[in-house]
Amino acid sequence: MNEPIVSVKNLHKWYSGVHAVKGVSIDFARNEAVGLIGDNGAGKSTLINILSGVQRQDEGEIFVEGQKVAISGPRDSMRLGIETIYQYNSMVPTMSIARNLFIGREPMRFSIAGVGFMDMGRMREESVKAISNVDLHLRSPDALVGELSGGQRQGVAIARAMHFKSKVMILDEPTNHLSVKETNKVIGFVRSLKEQSVTGIFISHNMHHVFECCDRVVAMARGQVVLDKRIGDTTIEEVQSVL
Amino acid sequence: MKRLLKIYMEKPELAALLLLVVLIFLFQSRSGGLFLTAGNLRGVFGILPEMALVAIGVTVLMICGEFDLSVGAVFALMPMTVAVLMTHDVPFSVALAAGVLVCVAIGFLNGFLTIQFAIPSFITTLGMMFVARSLTVVVSGGFPPLLSADLPTWLFVSFVGPGELFRMSFIWFVAVAILVSLLLSRTNFGNWVRATGGFLPAANAMGIPTARVKIACFILCSVLSGFAGLIQVLRLGSPLPSIGEGMELQAVAAAVIGGTALTGGIGAVLGGIIGVALIRVIDNGLILSQVDANWFKFAIGSLTIFAVIANSWLRKRAKAIKVEV
Repeated sequence: MNEPIVSVKNLHKWYSGVHAVKGVSIDFARNEAVGLIGDNGAGKSTLINILSGVQRQDEGEIFVEGQKVAISGPRDSMRLGIETIYQYNSMVPTMSIARNLFIGREPMRFSIAGVGFMDMGRMREESVKAISNVDLHLRSPDALVGELSGGQRQGVAIARAMHFKSKVMILDEPTNHLSVKETNKVIGFVRSLKEQSVTGIFISHNMHHVFECCDRVVAMARGQVVLDKRIGDTTIEEVQSVL
Repeated sequence: MKRLLKIYMEKPELAALLLLVVLIFLFQSRSGGLFLTAGNLRGVFGILPEMALVAIGVTVLMICGEFDLSVGAVFALMPMTVAVLMTHDVPFSVALAAGVLVCVAIGFLNGFLTIQFAIPSFITTLGMMFVARSLTVVVSGGFPPLLSADLPTWLFVSFVGPGELFRMSFIWFVAVAILVSLLLSRTNFGNWVRATGGFLPAANAMGIPTARVKIACFILCSVLSGFAGLIQVLRLGSPLPSIGEGMELQAVAAAVIGGTALTGGIGAVLGGIIGVALIRVIDNGLILSQVDANWFKFAIGSLTIFAVIANSWLRKRAKAIKVEV
C-alpha cells in the first residue's frame, strides 16, 4: 500500500521554445491531499494538463498504481481514475445539469459504434443522486448550468467527479471567483476526500487554503519543484520564501 | 406555473412560432381567404421542403458552433453531378451515390480545413461556395444537360396525401426533420454537438472528439443541401447551374429567426423549420395580398433582425423569472 497512486518522473514540456516544465518528479500517495502551489507560469497548470490528458509531455513518465501509463487524451486519464475540476469550469452553460454531468460518458439505452440513444431517465435520476451526495441542493436536474452560481457550478463539477468514482481528484484553482462561504465548502470537500479514499491534488494561489486542507505541500517555480514537505514540517513563510 | 412559463420562454423557437401564427392569420384576412385554400397550400408545401432540408443542416452546424456558406452551391452541384453522369449512361442509383459522395467530400473538406488550419468556417465555406459554384458550371459545360425520362421522380416530387396536398418531398423532409431532431436531442452525439458549440474548452476537457463531431456536422449539412437540390431539380425538370443562389444566407436567416444563436450551443431543428416556414409564408402571403413582390427581401431582412431582438428579450425576461434551482 505504500506504492504511490500516481507518480510522475522527470517530466518535461516545451512550448515553442519555452521550457515550461523542467524535469518534475512527484509521488502522490494514496488518500493524501497534496497542495500544489506556485506563481503564474510556474508550470503547475502544465503539469495538471499533462495528468488530465489535455496536453502531452515531451519527455518523462507517468505511473498509476505502479504501472507505466500513456495518457494521450482526457478519456485515458478518466479511465485511469483521474478526474479534473478545472479553474474555468468544465461545464457547458447552455446545457442542463443532467446533460453536463454525463458529457462524453452518457449512459446508453442502445448504441451502434459508440453512437446511440441516451438513457435520459437514468441521467436525470443519477444526477439528482450525485448532486445530493456532495451536499448540494438543486431542485431540478433540468436547470441550465448557466443559471447556477459559481459555487453551485463547482459543486456540480465535484458531483460529476465523485459520481465516476475517481481515485485521484485534481482541483485546479477551484476556489477562484467563489464567495467566502462557497470557498469554505470546497475546502471542506477537499478535507473529506480522505474519508472516501480519494487522493486530492489541490492547486491554489492561496497558501492559507492549502494549509487548511492538505497533508503535504509541493511548491513549483520556474518549471521545477522547489519544495516538497509535510504541512507539519513547514510554514507559510517558508513556502513563500522559495517561490 | 412560473417554472412552466420560464421553460417556454427559454425555448428559442417560441418567438418565431408566435410570429408565424400571427402572419398566417394576417395573410388569410388580407388575401381574402385565399391563403389557406388547398390550392395555395399545395404550392407552399411543395417548395418548403427544399429550403427546409438545407436549413436543418445549417441549424445543426450552427448549434455545433460553425457556419456553412457553401450550401447554396452544393445545392446546385449535387444534382448537376447526377445529371451529367446520367448523360454518360450511368444508371440513376450509381449517379445518386456519386452525387452524395461529392457532398460528403465537400462537407469533409469544409470541416477538415476549418479545424486543421484553425480558420473561421465563414472563410472556408465562403471559398468553397465559389469553388462548388464554379465546378457546377464547368461540369455542365455551360448548358444544362437534359434529364433522362426514366428518373424516379415519383419517389421525390409526385403529389400524395389527402387532396394531393403534399409532394413526396414533404414526406422526405418530415422524416429527415424527425430523425435529425432525435439525433440532436436524444443521442449522445447530439449531446456532444451541443457541448462542442456551447463551450469548446469544456467539451475538449471531457474528452469529446470535437474535431470529428464538427466534421460530421459539416458533412450532414452538405449532404442535406445536395439532397434538397436534387429534389428541386426533379421538381423543375432541369438542372440549372444557378439554382440555390442566395440560399445560404436565407438558410442562415431561417436558423437565426428560429432562435439558433450565432455563437453556437443554442437552437433547435424545429426552430430552423419554423424559420423557413416564416420565409415561405411571407413570400407567398405578400403576393396573395397583392403587395409588390420586391418587398419580399425587405420583409425577410427586417424579420431576421426583429426575431433576434425578440429572442434575446424573451431570454432575458425568462432569466429574470426567479425559480428555485
